[in-house]
Amino acid sequence: MYIKKDVVAMLLAGGQGSRLYALTHDMAKPAVPFGGKYRLIDFPLSNCTNSGIDTVGVLTQYQPLVLNDYIGNGQPWDLDKMNGGVHVLPPYETSKGASWYEGTANAIYQNISFVDRYDPEYVVVLGGDHIYKMNYSKMIAFHKAQKADLTIAVLDVPLSEASRMGIMTCNDEMRVTDFTEKPKEPKSTLASMGIYVFTWSKLKKYLIENENANTGSKDFGKDIIPAMLNAGERLYAYTFEGYWKDVGTLDSLWDANMDLLAENEQLDLYDSEWRIYSRHENLPPQFIGPTAKIQRSMISEGSVIHGESENSVIFGGVTIEEGAEVHYSIVMPGTVIKKGAVVKYAIVGENCVIGENARIGEQPENYPNRDEWSIAVVGHNITVGDGKTVAPKAILSESI
Amino acid sequence: MGTNKNILGLVFASIHDDTILDLTKHRTMGSVPFGGRYRLIDFPLSNFVNSGITQVGVITKRNYGSLLDHIGSGREWDLASKKGGLHLLPPFSHTSSTIYSGRLDALGNIWSFVEHAPCGYVVLSNCDVVTNIDFRPAIAAHIESGADITAIYAKGYYDQATSTAATIFEVDDKGFVTDIAVDPPMTGECNLGLDMFVMSKDFLRKIVKESMSRNRYSLRRDILLDRNANYKVLGYEHKSYFSKIDSLADYFQANLDLLDTAKRNALFTKSAPIYTNTKDNAPVHFGSDAIIKNSLIADGCMIEGRVENCVLFRGVKVGKNTIIRDSIIMQGGAIGTDGSIRNIIADRNVNISDDRQLTGSKGYPLFIGKGAEI
Repeated sequence: MYIKKDVVAMLLAGGQGSRLYALTHDMAKPAVPFGGKYRLIDFPLSNCTNSGIDTVGVLTQYQPLVLNDYIGNGQPWDLDKMNGGVHVLPPYETSKGASWYEGTANAIYQNISFVDRYDPEYVVVLGGDHIYKMNYSKMIAFHKAQKADLTIAVLDVPLSEASRMGIMTCNDEMRVTDFTEKPKEPKSTLASMGIYVFTWSKLKKYLIENENANTGSKDFGKDIIPAMLNAGERLYAYTFEGYWKDVGTLDSLWDANMDLLAENEQLDLYDSEWRIYSRHENLPPQFIGPTAKIQRSMISEGSVIHGESENSVIFGGVTIEEGAEVHYSIVMPGTVIKKGAVVKYAIVGENCVIGENARIGEQPENYPNRDEWSIAVVGHNITVGDGKTVAPKAILSESI
Repeated sequence: MGTNKNILGLVFASIHDDTILDLTKHRTMGSVPFGGRYRLIDFPLSNFVNSGITQVGVITKRNYGSLLDHIGSGREWDLASKKGGLHLLPPFSHTSSTIYSGRLDALGNIWSFVEHAPCGYVVLSNCDVVTNIDFRPAIAAHIESGADITAIYAKGYYDQATSTAATIFEVDDKGFVTDIAVDPPMTGECNLGLDMFVMSKDFLRKIVKESMSRNRYSLRRDILLDRNANYKVLGYEHKSYFSKIDSLADYFQANLDLLDTAKRNALFTKSAPIYTNTKDNAPVHFGSDAIIKNSLIADGCMIEGRVENCVLFRGVKVGKNTIIRDSIIMQGGAIGTDGSIRNIIADRNVNISDDRQLTGSKGYPLFIGKGAEI
């Protein structure tokens, strides 16, 4: 017995996130730590619960172990419900055989029966790799008011970025007249944020047609949206104003973390009306020792800082020993930076040990060949030996 | 960690409320905030759970609103359970219940709960001792010794001038208690009672029923100090860090003790964590001009000024050019710019405006009540 739901959210969390390299070696992209105590998936999950959506399917495929543990019964996001709640949905075998999720549309197609149990009017499709706070209920209200079949959240982006994104052209009423993935010559600057509200009956029809057409891509952007547009369905663009960041690359992940340190941060994590929830260990408050030097940083529970942290995001349970320095860097949970080590412009993964006097990354000004410079990355569970160096742009996926 | 199904843990959340009236005016001893993100009851509850005791009763008296909010279903302590789990036992919770005076009549009030709990032994604890203790060896010692009562004590410094409620034990070479005194006229190292006891349910039933029939209510006065009763009392020494909170100065010092790495590490261990309610605050944000030395800081704080030797609870704000030293600021405290603050305890949601100078002394910290505007 399932009680009908007006809205069900489907969160696409199966992607590998290959452009995050060592950070997604052994965890799916939505499980990547962000912002001192979160993981990427906290943002869409918290947005769901804050928007009053209490039924969420999380579609997993690539390296789901960390993600599954993290989501658990959904309690941190108030998604442990008797009716609804969060459901992890990996691919499964049926009487017709078994197959992996072949594309974003195919992943939802394979879970039509999950959605149908709640008989919803609307389905919200979300990605697991964007940092933003958004009230989906306002977008759903817009969708209803327009009597739309599909509403796509859009962001007005600079023209220079438009050719990397899915671009919408709209009429005065925000009805979508054209949609092009990564256009060479963009006709508009309204970019898709990968957030969709579908009328479920329509989505279901197009998912089945797409599956039968067997296009090979089975993707929302490549198949479903163009098909609906061609058939004259009512597609609308919903303009989002506020902070939104795709953190699919190492640079953008580093940037988004650094954005949190800005004096006038656009993403207010301290807003008690729209909290971002997370699952965290029960750790004592952070201890800042007598020799510590902290400037313009975000630091979380359980950390012990005796060294220096400047312009950095330090996750829970991190130790920075006396004489160690961290500048313009992200240090993920449980990592130890030993004395004399210097970490600059770097991302250091979970549970690493950075040995004494080791050197990770370098500031761009100090680097002779600026074109060869980028942030340095140390993957998860890695030991960097005493005195060892990790050069800028290097991505370390094994201990040295 | 195996579960210890034969043991019932009982916490007295309201005993000794009157020793720190400033803090317990609006709440029970158990719900007094402590150490940045905890409340005092987190320590006995976590100690029970970490000792495998998964059926726990919490005995309260009055002002228990904040206690109920904090504990909820007991899920944070893994005590939201179909078997055993957490039971809140306010006055009038059972047919014969009335407002109690001591631990014995409090137990009499809720005896039907104890009687129906499937246990052979009971561990009693108050909320005024901050420590991390494994009860299992104490229970084992109790059973092996054949004692009627096992009283847990720790070696500590006692000063009759400042003490208000100390129980001092004399122990023989076999560990049995030979003498007990309350606030004796002496000063120096001694065996300080931690108000934690192990008894069999049968023995506890006997003393509770006898005391009820004679209108006695104090476990300490009527049972421990009553030499005629001739009960066999075993002393069990707890050897790890502890802090007993009998006054506002004790409370102040116990918080500042957490800045000592050895003491903090003894209290917050990986194998036996102290659990508490989570609030989903963001990490601490330190501004460009922040200077932080030797402080314990909970999540959700936003710090622009200078903080030295402090314990800041969740969501505290410290403005630019403000210097705050040797102070305890509880959850939601907002301190403006250009201030100078030393030796204060600010209860929850205190608002201190710009340019304020507030100073207490180390032995007598300035206390600022809940929600005050300064």
